Amino acid sequence: MLKYIIKRILMLIPVLIGVSIIVFLIMRVFSPDPAPIVLGQHATQISVEAWRQANGLNDPIFLQYFHFISGALTGDLGTSFYTKMPVIKEIFSRFPATIELAMVSIILASLFGILIGVVSAVKKNSIFDNAGMLLALVGVSMPIFWLGILLIIFFSGTLHWLPSSGRINPLLQPGHVTGFYLVDSLIAGDMDAFIDALRHLVLPACALAMYSMAIITRMTRSSMLETLQQDYIRTARAKGISEGKVIGKHALRNGLIPIVTVIGLQLGSLLGGAVLTETVFSWPGIGAYTVACILKSDFPVVQGVVLLIAFVFVLVNLIVDVIYAFLDPRIKYSKKEG
Amino acid sequence: MLLEVKNLRTEFKLKRGTVRAVDDISFSIDKGEILAIVGESGSGKSVTSLSIMGLLQNPGRIVGGEILFNSQNLLKMSQKELQKIRGNKISMIFQEPMTSLNPVWRIKDQIMENIMTHMKISKKDALARTIEMLDTVGIPSPAERAYDYPHQMSGGMRQRVMTAMALSCEPELLIADEPTTALDVTIQAQILELLYRMREKFHMAVLLITHDLGVVSEAADRVIVMYCGKIVEEADVKSLFAQPLHPYTVGLMRSIPQIDDDSDQRLYMIKGMVPNPLHMPPGCPFSDRCDSCLERCTKDMPELQEIDGHKVRCFLYDKASEGELSTK
Repeated sequence: MLKYIIKRILMLIPVLIGVSIIVFLIMRVFSPDPAPIVLGQHATQISVEAWRQANGLNDPIFLQYFHFISGALTGDLGTSFYTKMPVIKEIFSRFPATIELAMVSIILASLFGILIGVVSAVKKNSIFDNAGMLLALVGVSMPIFWLGILLIIFFSGTLHWLPSSGRINPLLQPGHVTGFYLVDSLIAGDMDAFIDALRHLVLPACALAMYSMAIITRMTRSSMLETLQQDYIRTARAKGISEGKVIGKHALRNGLIPIVTVIGLQLGSLLGGAVLTETVFSWPGIGAYTVACILKSDFPVVQGVVLLIAFVFVLVNLIVDVIYAFLDPRIKYSKKEG
Repeated sequence: MLLEVKNLRTEFKLKRGTVRAVDDISFSIDKGEILAIVGESGSGKSVTSLSIMGLLQNPGRIVGGEILFNSQNLLKMSQKELQKIRGNKISMIFQEPMTSLNPVWRIKDQIMENIMTHMKISKKDALARTIEMLDTVGIPSPAERAYDYPHQMSGGMRQRVMTAMALSCEPELLIADEPTTALDVTIQAQILELLYRMREKFHMAVLLITHDLGVVSEAADRVIVMYCGKIVEEADVKSLFAQPLHPYTVGLMRSIPQIDDDSDQRLYMIKGMVPNPLHMPPGCPFSDRCDSCLERCTKDMPELQEIDGHKVRCFLYDKASEGELSTK
């Protein structure tokens, strides 16, 4: 198992090299020249040329890539063209917000998705099943930004229950330890801050969870329907154990494997930043920020973020594969198969 | 009587119509007896066993009759009460050993679950009992194999595990639904031998469901032959093999290849096919395949009648129709 994990982590290297080449080339081929954007439209030709020279954009493209990758290997992803801050700092001031939102969303989505999916499968063709599938259909079809706006109008505008934007009331902001406000406020022992951070999370997390939940619900239902037809479920029933145990212990454990895959994929994409949700809820995460940087041709930031997202995505999938082996004893990552 | 099935009727309501999978059958099993139910696929024998266990799945429904186990009607019981009997007093072995064990749990966990559901004993004792049961059914080094997962075992081994699980609470009745069908012949013999030995050891009754007359002749005390959801013949195993009465049974016997038969004749086969359960012929369901079909066979359904302890459902043995033996 350990060997397999090490092997998979080593496989990250070619993936990251590939991703870095692609994003590097795409930015340079398709993005507009950053110099006039940085310097403003009234910049003179001379100052533009000087800026390009200073930022290494006049070097041959191979050399530029070499500079980038050799920096990246030492943990230096360059500095943003605009803020003049190291890219690493820029990313890590925003990434915790994205992780926090993604984690809460995926937990919500998994809990409700699996619950609704299991009940729908067990009570197939009942009113509950139809309602659950309708909800799932709505979830996959409704654009997130529209759902987000509806939530804001209703819970924030009409009912005044929840805040509509930001991560926390700035006055309550806890000291920076992990960057996750929920964790930081608990570390500081500040319950008011914790509750405020939680209240800020509810709406964006619900809006973001809706789509993932719909996917997980449908996957759970179909996986459970298949599992419930298996012979070993009949054996379990023949033992005289309660129906709850038949479903929870025997069916769900087997049905969980495809569900875990879907949850992993969903989490991977949520961690990449939810651009629309972050924009609608003014959530200071990585998604909306990256889009802004792409539009501004901020090459170092975009390259850094994409590398990070690729890394996280591969890592999440590795974790999913490791979970597989725990869920299903037939899966062995032995030397031959690994 | 340990188990009495009275006028059991089980139906499957499908979109295209209703299938009577089990049509008014009655039989009983004594303590310690091995009763075999024989019939081809679709004759209703598996549905009978699932009806007794209360494990019918939609759209199957029991629409009439009684199933008395120790004089208690199982059909009147709630799921909770049935759960106390299933796996405890009545247990079951299934046809497919390869898929009947849960792939993600260890053998011992699956057997211990059965034991701990019905017996108030500690985990440690349940494990000890599990290993003892595995030993009883002939699994070598049971203390180690108990920690195996099903995929680490062969089909025959898995069927032994199923048997150990079914017997772990010393049931009074074991329902074995084609326990040897998916296994090769040498393993078949071993499993039958095992069932026989376990019957002696635990003094339990066995309802053996099979389509294999060879299995019947080896294992059973009494035999019921089913065709299209009805009992067509019932007798003790000796008289059934010595003198089969129903034309269907006769046909089945004649279509067994004989090893000492040197003639060049082709093996006998029953002509035609099992009728579509949605379009049963009027009268006897076997009438259109029967070599000795009478005129009234296509109109009326014969009753099950007893001749010297040998029951048969056929007009050939009806006193009223004697002298009318004009075959079609």
